[in-house]
Amino acid sequence: MSILFVLVPLSLALVALGIWGFFWAVDSGQFDDMESPAWEILHEPHDSEPHSD
Amino acid sequence: MNATCFHCSEPLGKSALVARIGDRDESVCCAGCRAVAELIAGAGLEQYYEMRSERPARPPISGLEADAWTAYARSEIADALVVGQGDLDTVTLGVEGLRCSACAWLIDKVLSQLEGVVSATTNAATGRVHVEWQRSVLTLADVMRAIARAGYRPFPPGDSRVLDQQQSERRVGLRHLAVSGFGMMQVMMFAVAVYSAQLQGDAIEPRLLEFFRMVSMLVAAPVMFYAGLPIFSGALRSLSRRTVGMDVPVALALVLAFGASVYNVFDGNTGEVYFDSVTMFIFFVTLGRYIQMSVRNRTTSITDALAKQMPSVAHRIQENSCVDVAVAALAVDDLVLVRRGEVLPADGELLEAVAQLDESLLSGESAAVRRGRGETLSGGSLNLGDPIRIKVTAIAQASVLAHVVTLLEKAQAQRPRISAAADKASTHFLSAVLIAATLTAAIWAWLDPSRAFPATLAVLVVACPCAFAIAMPAAVSAAIAHLARLGVLVTNPNALEKLAEIDHAIFDKTGTLTRGELQMQRCIVAEGVDELQCRQIAASLEASSEHPIARALADLTPIAPVSNVRTVVGAGIEGELAQRRYRIGTPEFAAEMHNGFVRTLADPQAGSTVVVLSDEHRVLAQFELQDQLRDGAPETISALRESGIASEILSGDRQSVVDILGERCGISQRLARQSPEQKLARLQSLQQQGHRVLMLGDGINDAPVLAAADVSIAMGRGTALAHASADMILMTEDLAAVPAALQLSQRMRRIVRQNLFWSAAYNFGSLPLAALGFIPPWLAAVGMSASSVLVVLNATRLLPRRSNAAQVQIRATDIPSIIATSRAATAGLAS
Repeated sequence: MSILFVLVPLSLALVALGIWGFFWAVDSGQFDDMESPAWEILHEPHDSEPHSD
Repeated sequence: MNATCFHCSEPLGKSALVARIGDRDESVCCAGCRAVAELIAGAGLEQYYEMRSERPARPPISGLEADAWTAYARSEIADALVVGQGDLDTVTLGVEGLRCSACAWLIDKVLSQLEGVVSATTNAATGRVHVEWQRSVLTLADVMRAIARAGYRPFPPGDSRVLDQQQSERRVGLRHLAVSGFGMMQVMMFAVAVYSAQLQGDAIEPRLLEFFRMVSMLVAAPVMFYAGLPIFSGALRSLSRRTVGMDVPVALALVLAFGASVYNVFDGNTGEVYFDSVTMFIFFVTLGRYIQMSVRNRTTSITDALAKQMPSVAHRIQENSCVDVAVAALAVDDLVLVRRGEVLPADGELLEAVAQLDESLLSGESAAVRRGRGETLSGGSLNLGDPIRIKVTAIAQASVLAHVVTLLEKAQAQRPRISAAADKASTHFLSAVLIAATLTAAIWAWLDPSRAFPATLAVLVVACPCAFAIAMPAAVSAAIAHLARLGVLVTNPNALEKLAEIDHAIFDKTGTLTRGELQMQRCIVAEGVDELQCRQIAASLEASSEHPIARALADLTPIAPVSNVRTVVGAGIEGELAQRRYRIGTPEFAAEMHNGFVRTLADPQAGSTVVVLSDEHRVLAQFELQDQLRDGAPETISALRESGIASEILSGDRQSVVDILGERCGISQRLARQSPEQKLARLQSLQQQGHRVLMLGDGINDAPVLAAADVSIAMGRGTALAHASADMILMTEDLAAVPAALQLSQRMRRIVRQNLFWSAAYNFGSLPLAALGFIPPWLAAVGMSASSVLVVLNATRLLPRRSNAAQVQIRATDIPSIIATSRAATAGLAS
């Protein structure tokens, strides 16, 4: 059970990483327009080029 | 072939135009649609037609002229908009006509294909396009022209402060949600470990217990001090105002719980730790706030609406030349040239003998208005006739248009807040809660001190009216989503509740009950004359005119070029075609050409506008034009009547036309020749009589009434200012959505009442239980969360149903577009 003393901090580090990633996504405007990207995926079967960022 | 335009889905009418798409010909309704369709095909972007979910706006023809955008090539105007770094120029423009995400995709694609463009991103939700290009290859004018060619009108965005603020609110809210959500899940995880030992009756290893408690504290700290910050600042704010807001008991509970828990962690392993309750509490409160905020932030920006109506470039006459300047640079007494088909950039005194204007932006009636020398013309009017010069009398803030906008902003700011009464009630309730908590603490401290703290905490947590606060916004969100499916875009969520209490409806005529366009009702030709030839002659003569009558007549391909065209204001057009002179216009004007008698071939139908075509010898044809009633209008009126809602028409048009329309719809109460002030007065007298009034309109002249009505609906193709001042926008222009929206609002009111009842029952019912110590704090937090969830689930009953599996297949792809439509027009884009 003493492994928990290692695992728990490790998982917390992962969570911190996750939160950092989420913050980065929010700040780079990825949550500003939630509808258009979903639309693009649905209707572009032949176009595999990435769109302008 | 199908009878609608391939590009914009408008009825084809008599148009014989075709666009060459790939290897086939498709029928289109006008030159603008043809140009855009061929552009899309030529660029290989036909996918747009498969992807899109909404008909696009009819491409503005004036946008296709190269001239319209050259002014933006001049550095002083471009510099104000463009940010440059090295060879890279960047601009953020507003775009008009975005109907759905496919439009955003199209604009991005068209721009990316332009040589020199580095990147183009269009945000359908805010209506902004962000473009980066190489300065050495392109100018701002080229970029704007490319957007216009795709069928969308770009404009310099107005003040974007409100949008920016909403965006930052949303981002901050998401960050808080992330921290509190993750924190809550982690702490719950540790709590489960600890509780499971307790449930089994086993003793957990002391080191492990201490470890879990410390780790819980570590994780709960950022949740408390970062995500919980709005709660604390809200509590302090309301306390400084000497009121007890909803945040006060919450903040108190949080501080007590967290403080006690931290103390217990360092005070050995005894005593309860409440980190799980604290984090869960903060998460659900943050979630509730986020929902409320996103519902609140759907309002339309009026400054954007104004920015769209007015041109940004004016032709100033300096010395002997005409210089393009930014409208912002105009001063009073400047001389400005306004060409045919252009919008007046400011109020001005007419310097020509006569001018023909379309003042529909202000009056709602598109019949051409004649103005004489010395009269003051309004900025925003469209010049239908020959180029005119005006002397500027009022610019920007002082113009008539800006004045109307100011009135609107004031009206919007004064919209009654429904929560005013609710705020007062909650203050009393919360004060009572605080008193109850203090009593609980005091009594328990006397009876059995060890139970005082948990009981007090439970009282504070259980009494938090979170579910109560979510009751309304959750139902409103669901109703808004359902209304979007019906084609109604809600921009003022407060209006939904009022919609259920409507007992009187006012309709504008032109553009609301009718389509707003003149259409050919009847064509009578003289003996021996070919009707088709007459139509083509009429189309050729009217081809260069912007007059609304011309639009109805000019839908056929001209047979031959017309020479010696002369426009007589208020009368008609004369021209030569194939060596013969013709006149088309009022019967009097046409009659002057042949023998002076006023002649029509037959008595015109009541309410029609009569246009006569004649040559040098006789009258050739008589065209009768009428504004068509919308499909389903009579049914809508009778459906409203069955719901107990009386309807009436208020219009600026003539009484005879209004009477005929009223009879067709079944509306007996009609008032014609109404100015905007008169319409407003009528509305206010109805309101003073105690009626709750619903207003439907589309023009700027309707805007003050739309803002003052209890609930207002603007037509999807109405002016941007009408959109900004209305509570809802009818995107599909299908009047049948109005009775449906009414029914939905009544259902919503029922569900809100149910929600309020249950959440109040929970609060009041569990308060005594918590005070008596039957509810441990974690159960209190769970109960509060559960009641919030219950309220939200009840609200989802308002969402649109999918009745069978076959429909589900279609609907699944509808949903993104419907939400996109509602978001895309949030800034009042559709016009």
